[in-house]
Amino acid sequence: MQVFSCPYCGPRPDAEFHYIGDADKPRPERSCSDEEWAHYLFMRANTRGAARELWVHRAGCGRWLVVARDTETHEVAAVTPMNAERAGT
Amino acid sequence: MSIRRSLRYSGWRLLREAFGGQQGWTPAWEDRDPEAAYDIVVIGGGGHGLATAYYLARTHGITRVAVLEKGWIGGGNTGRNTTIIRSNYFHPQSAALYDLSVSLYETLSRELNYNIMFSQRGMMEIAHDQPELETMARAANAMRISGVDIEVIDRAETLRREPLLDPSPRARWPVCGALLQRRAGTARHDAVAWGYARAAAALGVHIIQNCEVRGFIQERGRAVAVQTSRGVIRAERFGVAVAGNSSVLARLAGFELPLQSYTLQAMVSEPVKPCLDMVTLSTSTGAYISQSDKGELVMGGNLDRSPSYAQRGGFRVTRSVVAPLLEMYPWLSTLKLMRQWGGTVDTSPDNSPIIGPAPVEGIYLNCGWGTGGFKAIPAGGTLTAHLLATGRHHPLSEPFDLRRFARGELVDEGHAGVAH
Repeated sequence: MQVFSCPYCGPRPDAEFHYIGDADKPRPERSCSDEEWAHYLFMRANTRGAARELWVHRAGCGRWLVVARDTETHEVAAVTPMNAERAGT
Repeated sequence: MSIRRSLRYSGWRLLREAFGGQQGWTPAWEDRDPEAAYDIVVIGGGGHGLATAYYLARTHGITRVAVLEKGWIGGGNTGRNTTIIRSNYFHPQSAALYDLSVSLYETLSRELNYNIMFSQRGMMEIAHDQPELETMARAANAMRISGVDIEVIDRAETLRREPLLDPSPRARWPVCGALLQRRAGTARHDAVAWGYARAAAALGVHIIQNCEVRGFIQERGRAVAVQTSRGVIRAERFGVAVAGNSSVLARLAGFELPLQSYTLQAMVSEPVKPCLDMVTLSTSTGAYISQSDKGELVMGGNLDRSPSYAQRGGFRVTRSVVAPLLEMYPWLSTLKLMRQWGGTVDTSPDNSPIIGPAPVEGIYLNCGWGTGGFKAIPAGGTLTAHLLATGRHHPLSEPFDLRRFARGELVDEGHAGVAH
């Protein structure tokens, strides 16, 4: 079991969270091509190693979170609110 | 077709070796060192890669072929799955694909001169209530239209076929009926890898182990060579059949895939005398069970929830597999769980595989099988070999091209739930 430290709820088991997708994925403009839209919709970095992922604390506060996690070791480096991340970049 | 360059296995040969002190056996296939160039390089020495190489040589007569494996052949998902073979898929494109695979499995032992121990013991997907059984009837109708041998059976027939199921109507997961595929079954996974390896090697294919691909060399947008842990290897075309590591290879070539890698667990009990005849799956919980020829009860279920390359799963999913099976087969509680392990599976958005050209010229994909790659090995190999040999799709692989995502032509098998 992995423990995610939700910035709102504290340390909670991963079963409470639901994985959404890649954290760093800019939404294309509305005028984009079908290929660009399909890329946004379906393609995944699917990183082996240190990844930045979007999760939602579904059985908790319901907030969307950016989880920095290693997909080989399952080590969780940081959990931050998505909005704070977006505001900072 | 006869396999000429290696020893032919037969009852007569067994007898002869028994009287000859077992001195006449030769290695099943030769572990080769890489050469500088091949016509076709297949990356990944699992079932799909080895089958691809075999069909390239046998069907298309292309024998300057190398299979590059970073570890040992059959050591990834081919050696980690629960060996179930079936073709009860909803959409006609999928039914055609997986039914081809079951048909090829039926004659594979003879074709490869290698006993893959395909046991068509049948599979029952058990419905626990009436609405579930009615949903199954809809699926069964769709599958029958596609020509898959499938039938809905009632409670009495289900219990007759697997009498060790808890018959109590008050059970937590009661038996209401089942979806039965008689041609489904299990096979010996290591034998599938070794059978294809041996037959491919006999036709001239080089099987190269401990050879990890670390990069693609491209000229004018076309892949012309791979950088490996054992040097640069050039080829006209490259097949990629590396399951959970497909995205890693894609990144090396400079593109992304619509895949996410997860851990899929399997586990076995201690071995016992034959007690389970069939493969049974609980539709509501995703847990399923069968008995291996060794006597172990082989169990599996749902994916672990977080993306992972760890090749190991967590206890919560282990429990989610064992708990419902204990309710369905209460006597299981007397057995010890002996081993539990995990493989890295490449899941796609529509739970269908990706077979076809990659965005980089010269590279062809065989991936996205997710939780159900083992059953598809003969078909995956046949279709990928056709692509690599001709540069064009076989009609059966056309619907599974990567470009289906941009076209919106998904083959959504998501409702099929657990697909092993």
